[in-house]
Amino acid sequence: MSMQTGLATSTTQLRTYAPATDVSVAAPAPRLDVARTEPVTTLRNPRTEPGPIRLIIIALAIAFLSVFVVLPLVVVFASALSKGVVAYFAALAEPEALAAIKLTLLIAAISVMLNLVFGVVAAWAISKFEFNGKTFLITLIDLPFSVSPVISGLVFVLLFGAQGYLGPWLQAHNVHILFAVPGIALATIFVTFPFVARALIPLMQEQGTQEEEAAISLGASGLQTFFRVTLPNIKWGLLYGVLLCNARAMGEFGAVSVVSGHIRGETNTMPLLVEILYNEYQFVASFAIASLLAMLALITLVAKTVLERRLDEAEVPDGD
Amino acid sequence: MSTAVARRSTLPGFGLTMGLTLTWLSVIILIPLAALFLKTFELSLDQFWSIVTSRRTLNALKISFGLSFAAACVNLVTGTIIVWALVRYRFPGRRLFDAIVDIPFALPTAVAGVALTQLFAQKGWLGAPLAELGIKVAFTPIGIFIAMIFIGIPFVVRTVQPVLIDLDPEIEEAAASLGANRWHTVFRVILPSLIPALLTGFALAFARAIGEYGSVIFIAGNLPNVSEIAPLLIVIRLSEFRYADATAIAVVMLVASFLIIFLINRLQRWAQARIPVH
Repeated sequence: MSMQTGLATSTTQLRTYAPATDVSVAAPAPRLDVARTEPVTTLRNPRTEPGPIRLIIIALAIAFLSVFVVLPLVVVFASALSKGVVAYFAALAEPEALAAIKLTLLIAAISVMLNLVFGVVAAWAISKFEFNGKTFLITLIDLPFSVSPVISGLVFVLLFGAQGYLGPWLQAHNVHILFAVPGIALATIFVTFPFVARALIPLMQEQGTQEEEAAISLGASGLQTFFRVTLPNIKWGLLYGVLLCNARAMGEFGAVSVVSGHIRGETNTMPLLVEILYNEYQFVASFAIASLLAMLALITLVAKTVLERRLDEAEVPDGD
Repeated sequence: MSTAVARRSTLPGFGLTMGLTLTWLSVIILIPLAALFLKTFELSLDQFWSIVTSRRTLNALKISFGLSFAAACVNLVTGTIIVWALVRYRFPGRRLFDAIVDIPFALPTAVAGVALTQLFAQKGWLGAPLAELGIKVAFTPIGIFIAMIFIGIPFVVRTVQPVLIDLDPEIEEAAASLGANRWHTVFRVILPSLIPALLTGFALAFARAIGEYGSVIFIAGNLPNVSEIAPLLIVIRLSEFRYADATAIAVVMLVASFLIIFLINRLQRWAQARIPVH
């Protein structure tokens, strides 16, 4: 949820930009901007704290983030490489590790693709039309964010498990959902459900419908309008949603753990293999897999930062 | 706006996209969640009550909710310090630390779990010096508390950040020019206007910690009644094929998190009503 505040921030900034310029055009009142200019003399800046307090606050922030966030990240890579580079790569080349990587990529591909299509479709319905109950619909789309991962897995066990509602029927027809790829995919789709839609809805609401209406009135079909007009406008937002969706899909642990059954070499995704190897005291192997997931997280963060800047740039001229 | 509503209907695809949205939403989210409540209604009230109030369940719920609340309190204080430093001050590495705030959110929970355990284990980088002081973190409730603090870090920072950035500088200048000292300005003028955002961040961190599984179970020790969190008890009951027990605990947690979301929505509305439209 918090990773989306980047988008939210850019839109709130946008909203405050427009009225501010309106006001300045109407009444260009010269304001004494003491706070914005650095004080050259010893004159106290009324908008900041005394030097020592500033230093203490900065030191506390840096110390806390270093101990609680940076250190755990460093531990992952240090533990993965603790027996040397050869052991590291040997651990990654294990058949079990390769099977987990393959399964994780497959699950991520399935859930990202389905949620991509759904996200665009839902964002179109929600942002381009007015209807009753829109807020409620958005709340429902957001629901998976507030459900514990374990419960997200549990609901599929209740549906498809041996004692579940559809269990006996599935068994009679020899269909495997639980403890197999479909179950893992379903649980992953559940937890990543909101990402794409939530990235697109505020963006598309901001952009309005004028460009699409122009295209339609010039004779373009609905699909042509979407692919030629809407898609170019939302491509960065779409990529942003896909990025976050993918990161969560590859990293999901709780929900997948409940439905996977932990069948070695078959239903273990990378996060599940991290758990199994760690519990078997195979620390190098466990942290080797964990390091790949940590790199995924870091790459996602860098790409997210770049995309947020692009989104800001793309949005500001639009607002005028 | 009324003309916009009229013009909106000229775009095609409403029926199709709305239909697809509702279908997909039902299949993936609504029907599975309905199964959870349906399963609960198969229990009699007495059965439900005896599951939820059994010693082990009650203790797991107490541990989950109590430690989540404590961790969210820590996040509230440290989050305020971090967001203040990031927004108000310029220091080397500021942008880097700004990005670092999101790591607990981006890092897969299992990775965070094994990393924190390794770090705070008896021979770990932080566990060893703490053990010399007589403090055992890993495999105790303190470990759960630490993991919950870790995953809650982004929430307060990211909810307060945009509000603090947008805060009108003139208010502070006015307070200062009216003779308020900096202490007064911060605690009587700035912090009150951040309260809705702070509470929202607190509630989000609290809700996240209650449901958290991956980053907690490795460091927790998972001793029944002592360091066993509610999500883990659900998993244990499932593995014992005691679906009714698992479902009852899940429903209690789900209702609690829905209540928190409801509270967050009310908070947001209250905040919007308080802040005058620019």
